[in-house]
Amino acid sequence: MNRRAAALLLALGALLVALPHVAGSYALSVATLILYFAYTGQAWNVMMGFAGQLSLGHSIYVGVGAYAAGALFFHYGIGPWAGLWLAIALSVLIGLVIGFLAFRFGISGVYFALLTIAFAEFTRIGFDHLDWLGGPGGMFLKVAQRDQIDLANFRGPPIMYYYAMLALSAAALALCAWLLRSRAGYYWRAIREDEEAAQALGINTFRWKMLAVTISSAMTAISGVFFAFYYNNLFPEQIFNIGRSIEIILGPVIGGVGTLFGPILGAAVLTLLSDGITEALAAFGWEIPGIKQVLYGLVLLAAIMFMPHGIWPALARRIGVDR
Amino acid sequence: MSAALEVRGVSKSFRGLRAVHDAWIDVPQGAIVGLIGPNGAGKTTIFNMVAGVYAADAGEIVFRGRRIDGLRPDQVCAAGIGRTFQLVKPFAGLSVLDNVTVGALHRAPNVSAAKKHAAEIVERLGLGAKREQPASSLTLPDRKRLEVARALATRPELLLLDEVMAGLRPTECDQMVEAFREINRAEGLTIMLIEHVMRAVMALAQRIVVLHHGEVIARGAPGEVVRDPAVLGCYLGEETEV
Repeated sequence: MNRRAAALLLALGALLVALPHVAGSYALSVATLILYFAYTGQAWNVMMGFAGQLSLGHSIYVGVGAYAAGALFFHYGIGPWAGLWLAIALSVLIGLVIGFLAFRFGISGVYFALLTIAFAEFTRIGFDHLDWLGGPGGMFLKVAQRDQIDLANFRGPPIMYYYAMLALSAAALALCAWLLRSRAGYYWRAIREDEEAAQALGINTFRWKMLAVTISSAMTAISGVFFAFYYNNLFPEQIFNIGRSIEIILGPVIGGVGTLFGPILGAAVLTLLSDGITEALAAFGWEIPGIKQVLYGLVLLAAIMFMPHGIWPALARRIGVDR
Repeated sequence: MSAALEVRGVSKSFRGLRAVHDAWIDVPQGAIVGLIGPNGAGKTTIFNMVAGVYAADAGEIVFRGRRIDGLRPDQVCAAGIGRTFQLVKPFAGLSVLDNVTVGALHRAPNVSAAKKHAAEIVERLGLGAKREQPASSLTLPDRKRLEVARALATRPELLLLDEVMAGLRPTECDQMVEAFREINRAEGLTIMLIEHVMRAVMALAQRIVVLHHGEVIARGAPGEVVRDPAVLGCYLGEETEV
């Protein structure tokens, strides 16, 4: 990282730390959402951006993580700090099952992506029939007083959730930066670029791909725990929805797959864009059904046409920092 | 000289098409052996069986006294065999140095040691000025050099070179030959090479094995092999000047 990049990163960090003291509650909720997508996109990026394994079913890890920690709290009053570990363990287990099936039997590329969708879909259908978790009617976590910070149960005002997400995003960025420079980062990128050549250089591709799945699913499970305690209601139809998986990957795709800042930038651009379109439409008083999605789609199309490698690589060149 | 690699009666068919039949090849420790023959003779198939990409239908492959047939490509590499690909396979999005670092990591304790080793190899193969460039920007001759550099970085005891001279100009070819000679002499690296560029084979190989239709039809010192009537008939042609 060069000097300029370090300075910019520091400035961004300071801005984000100070943000709650200047922003209103609406801006704070938007910022929390951006960080949520930045973090989750970063987690997905480990698998696809680093190791080249396209998962289109990452909602499964969010959902399982959310339900695992949510159920412990809902049924037994066990707080999320304990539930977190169950969430991670279950998500990693599912990731390893998917990974084992795919990597052991040579399912790759689009077929791997299909497998991930299939798992997310039948998990959604399965959860619809799990009455213990509320089934299709959903599971609702008790919302305690929102003005006092209760860290043990992860209950409190919006500012607590904002800082939690900020800490998670910063930790994920640091972890990914470290991973990319480590042996794993080199091996993953080699596998991503050419698996056969990677294997010829002595890389046990099965093992390293499984490691990518493990880290990515564990990180995403934490998103799920946050989701459960932030929104307090969980519906299989929503949380496991393939639309949610797409939502997760749009940030890194638009921002720059495989880059460190792509997921963060992508999340910010997309969330602000989505909210901006809503605001603009309201301001103009346009009430055409579906117009928001059409505009959103057009902007995505333009971004991909003009910046096929994402916004971050194009921007990084301009401002003179490394990618 | 004891044999580093022994290919013992190996056969391989693809859906009934006989690619290699009962091939016996010895590569002595520290030697440079050339594998030549017309297109489709089964040379690359033999390489792929040694490297663990294909399983042989019959026969054994022994490296330094240990059977390696049945191992995965990464295990073959760990056993001490490095290879290049005929159709080059650079990690296109990575820099030249990072490409070679991936190979060097195989026996390096950490990334910085691997980078250091990789930098030496990149320099040795004349890619030093291009080390920060993405591999996708390299010309074909440079990509061939990168293949070699990456394989060398794994510190192999036996190096399998699959047509690394093809497409090189004569001077570039001579440089490459000199580089291999140097590595062979200085480090005792055993080399088996598939090559159509006879200029390189004659300059490098101490022994040549000729394959035709999946069978070994001649073997011996380069001078003898190129005068062998069977070899002239199927591959080199009557008028060959070497």
